[in-house]
Amino acid sequence: MKAAPFTYHDPQSLDDLIGLLGSLEDVKVLAGGQSLMPMLNMRFAQPDHLIDLNGVDGLTYISANGAVTIGAMTRQVALLKSDDIATKLPVMREALGWVGHFQTRNRGTIGGSLCHLDPSAELPTTALLHDSELTVVGPNGERQVSMAEWPLAYMMPNLAEDEILKAVTITPWDNPAGYAYEEYARRHGDFAIVGVGVLLAVDNGTITKAAVAIAGGDQVPYRLTEAETALAGQPATEESFTAAGEVARAHQAMSDAYYTSAYRQRLAATLTKRALIKAAARANGDTS
Amino acid sequence: MTDTRDITLTVNGTSYTHTAETRMHLADFLRLNLKLTGTHLGCEHGVCGACTVLVDGEAVRSCLMLAVQAAGKEVTTIEGLADGDQLSPLQEAFSKHHALQCGFCTPGMLTSLTAFIRDNPGADEAAIREAISGNICRCTGYQSIVAAGVDAASR
Repeated sequence: MKAAPFTYHDPQSLDDLIGLLGSLEDVKVLAGGQSLMPMLNMRFAQPDHLIDLNGVDGLTYISANGAVTIGAMTRQVALLKSDDIATKLPVMREALGWVGHFQTRNRGTIGGSLCHLDPSAELPTTALLHDSELTVVGPNGERQVSMAEWPLAYMMPNLAEDEILKAVTITPWDNPAGYAYEEYARRHGDFAIVGVGVLLAVDNGTITKAAVAIAGGDQVPYRLTEAETALAGQPATEESFTAAGEVARAHQAMSDAYYTSAYRQRLAATLTKRALIKAAARANGDTS
Repeated sequence: MTDTRDITLTVNGTSYTHTAETRMHLADFLRLNLKLTGTHLGCEHGVCGACTVLVDGEAVRSCLMLAVQAAGKEVTTIEGLADGDQLSPLQEAFSKHHALQCGFCTPGMLTSLTAFIRDNPGADEAAIREAISGNICRCTGYQSIVAAGVDAASR
């Protein structure tokens, strides 16, 4: 089993890369390869040209001056090992534990995950949870896209054919202690059926701010804004979190050959409640 | 027209220069061009883990990497784990615990655990199980594989 023939390009600079994207037709861009390579091997994708990003200079970095900016080619293993991610974006670190296996995390990149945009994927969901800003480069220079406007449709990012994702900027919460990422898959490391990321700020037992993002429920990851608004001002109790879970259940979910929409909605309700309970405990100093 | 590149890479300490078709993945290159058939191909889409090799010391799926991407890198396959006839501690543990039946998944189990135990000495059973969660053994001989991993990690 091997990929259909293509012409391979390995630009070394962002300028060369943009030039190639603007001049070639029928291109696929290769980041870590943990999703595209299977598609090439199985010939689901048969591009005329393959542009390899792995040699492009300046796309691999984590910078943390207030906001955390991550270069698109930063590998998942580097995020897992980063002290800045662990302290400022602990929910991303927890989510990374669900991303594939350690062998795939050694190659897989944050930019690849954001552009592939699988609805069950953890990294786009944690980016959405934080209102992240994405930096996209094209022939006319850079533009910023908010994570809320990044998914246009099922596995389709807000990215033109001659553009490339350069970096993602994530603003940590003032106190990132109230966080959790919960998901359910048939086997550890498989695609999630449903995953839920939450951030919670609690002051003296009262929720002051909440964010809830759900993966695998709909065609794209989404925020549970209705529940976020309802949670603010409520006591950080199981009753409040159960109500938030019911909001998750009410959101119409995908159905496929394996899992019904009703099952996904049930999972979304359970995992939302479970994640909020865990986040509240952590916000109160529980470090488990 | 076939798109090819001349690549030089080090495999198990030996430098090779070969012409590779750019669409060829690293596992096929190791098996077909270098005749190193110890690396096995099960699923060829990153799920089974049998093709795992070490690239610059890190465990990766060789079916999910192009051969041309390994240019200039140091690759270790199952053929490179032993020192001559002297088995590595992990290989010895596999022998002692009968951690292989048909042997198909073994190259991926050994390369994965070699990297994991190097980075996580003393890893417990839960950690070993998670480490090989991406390696499928169709004989379902996981108990002995985990026992061998725990034993090797404690050495």
